[in-house]
Amino acid sequence: MKRLLRDRRAVFGAGVLIVVVAAAIAAPLVTHGDRGAQPDIVSTRFLPPLATDARGAIHPLGTDRFGRDVWTRLVYGARISLGVGVLAVLFAIAIGLSVGAVAGYWRGPLRALLLAVTDVGLALPRVVLVLLLAAVWRPSAALVIVVLGVTGWMSVARLVQGEVRSLAARPFVESARALGISRLRILWRHLLPNALTPVIVAAALGIGNAIMLEAGLSFLGLGVQPPTPSWGGLIASGRDTLVNAPWVAAAPGIALVLVVVACTLLGDALQDALNPMQGLRR
Amino acid sequence: MLAALARRAATGLAVVAGVVTLTFFLLRLAPGDPVELLLGPTATPAQITAQRHALGFDRPLAAQYAAWLGRFVRGEWGTSIATGRPVRALLGEAVPATLELVGLSLLLSYLLGVAVGTIQATARPRIDTALSVATVTLFAVPGYWLGLMLVMVFTYWGRALPAFGRAGLDGDLLVGGPWLADRLRHLVLPLATLTLIGIGGIARFVRGAMRDVVGQPFVRSAHAKGLAPFAVASRHVARNALIPVAILLGLSFPALFSGGVFVEFVFAWPGVGRRLVEAVLARDYPVVMAATSVSAMLVVAGNVLADGLVGWIDPRIRHRSEEA
Repeated sequence: MKRLLRDRRAVFGAGVLIVVVAAAIAAPLVTHGDRGAQPDIVSTRFLPPLATDARGAIHPLGTDRFGRDVWTRLVYGARISLGVGVLAVLFAIAIGLSVGAVAGYWRGPLRALLLAVTDVGLALPRVVLVLLLAAVWRPSAALVIVVLGVTGWMSVARLVQGEVRSLAARPFVESARALGISRLRILWRHLLPNALTPVIVAAALGIGNAIMLEAGLSFLGLGVQPPTPSWGGLIASGRDTLVNAPWVAAAPGIALVLVVVACTLLGDALQDALNPMQGLRR
Repeated sequence: MLAALARRAATGLAVVAGVVTLTFFLLRLAPGDPVELLLGPTATPAQITAQRHALGFDRPLAAQYAAWLGRFVRGEWGTSIATGRPVRALLGEAVPATLELVGLSLLLSYLLGVAVGTIQATARPRIDTALSVATVTLFAVPGYWLGLMLVMVFTYWGRALPAFGRAGLDGDLLVGGPWLADRLRHLVLPLATLTLIGIGGIARFVRGAMRDVVGQPFVRSAHAKGLAPFAVASRHVARNALIPVAILLGLSFPALFSGGVFVEFVFAWPGVGRRLVEAVLARDYPVVMAATSVSAMLVVAGNVLADGLVGWIDPRIRHRSEEA
């Protein structure tokens, strides 16, 4: 923890994420409150950032073509984008942990099969898989979570498999077996907690990736559906008004980049902090 | 070497076969009827039944799968439901466009990415930090958004470059120099988008790989025996750091292709990715299946090539696979 606090990357990453999450949770307090509000379309549409409308309300990031406040939609969109990203990664980790643990601890054809499936999954462009799955069912936030989970577990499974496999050969596992502890209990109590370190790093990096993919799907119209604001959907809606209102597309993109950078830096810093040996060598 | 490549090719074929099977069953088990979509809301039940029979949707799933697999292997990929054109022609036009965009971007991102990563690993800490901030940011930028921003600056504000397609409206009439100029102008923005993002990821990786090698004892020995810093950097450090980079080449192929899908969509680049998105949006099943399979094949081919490259750079790996 001390190592982390001394690491500027970790401080920046955590700082950005805390601010964004806080703003998303306190959305009604930091915005105009109604993400769909269209007070008077003709007089309030396409207001540039920091403009004040006829009723005296300030629009820090301007308004879109329906006169909706971009800042308000951005903050409410953070709820969707972050929520979907986090849930998708948790789902992916749950699958990856199970597959990796089984493949790492039980030898035989099951391991070979699971590893083969994992490798096939890793060899494919994730976006193609995601598009394929998203094409099949009606788009919704829940579907995006499932799709990102189902396409995101392979790297976690690989990590956990390797870790469990090397841990299972260690003496403390042998002594646990000699004490008559069941295999499942050894896996749960002794192996998995020790194998979690690389998973934490993968999770931090994975959240950034999931948020980006969610935005991509929503941008294509295959993710969260309008009028519910999500960052990808906001970028897509700004695409049509790029000429007269570039801020509508620019603002959610910048927010997206900030959050993904924060996740990446936090993941990098975690990796260095959890791998003291690697840190010393550099 | 050859045996190892053959083994990789066999694994690759298995991957493609897995994808083809997965795609088929997924799309057939999905809710939503492509026939109803094709005929529209005014179709009568009789028309739907007839069309279903004509497309073979009324036969058992296993029979449909066997028939489809047989036709797929023979290269008969059917006709697109949405456009009525043969799928093979549709994708045949798209593959060169994708190879042009993704291939050039791969080349450029590696050249520039390795250069930036090398500078970072050898430069003073302040420059290293500045470049790190830049590469992390580039790596985090979604391709479709960067594409839109570039369009805004260079097309709408600068009026300098075209934003859509692979050639202008008069593209078919041009020959020679003007033809090439037209093509290049259309290529600039999508290529820049994809390459900028690629540089971010590759430079980050190269920097890490170089850093790892710089700390090794043999580098200290090379310095100790009085070699010039440049000789150490180029012959001892770079050669060893290039091995993980070449492995990354194989691993980054799926990611680059993924990025290409969005960039093709934004720039209306007539490649496989754009065809796939359009087919997905229209539930055009034959095109979705074929485009997915073609993407898998392109990625697998890229992986096999990257494996060969790794063996070429690192004699240890080459010899080990010969013994095995």
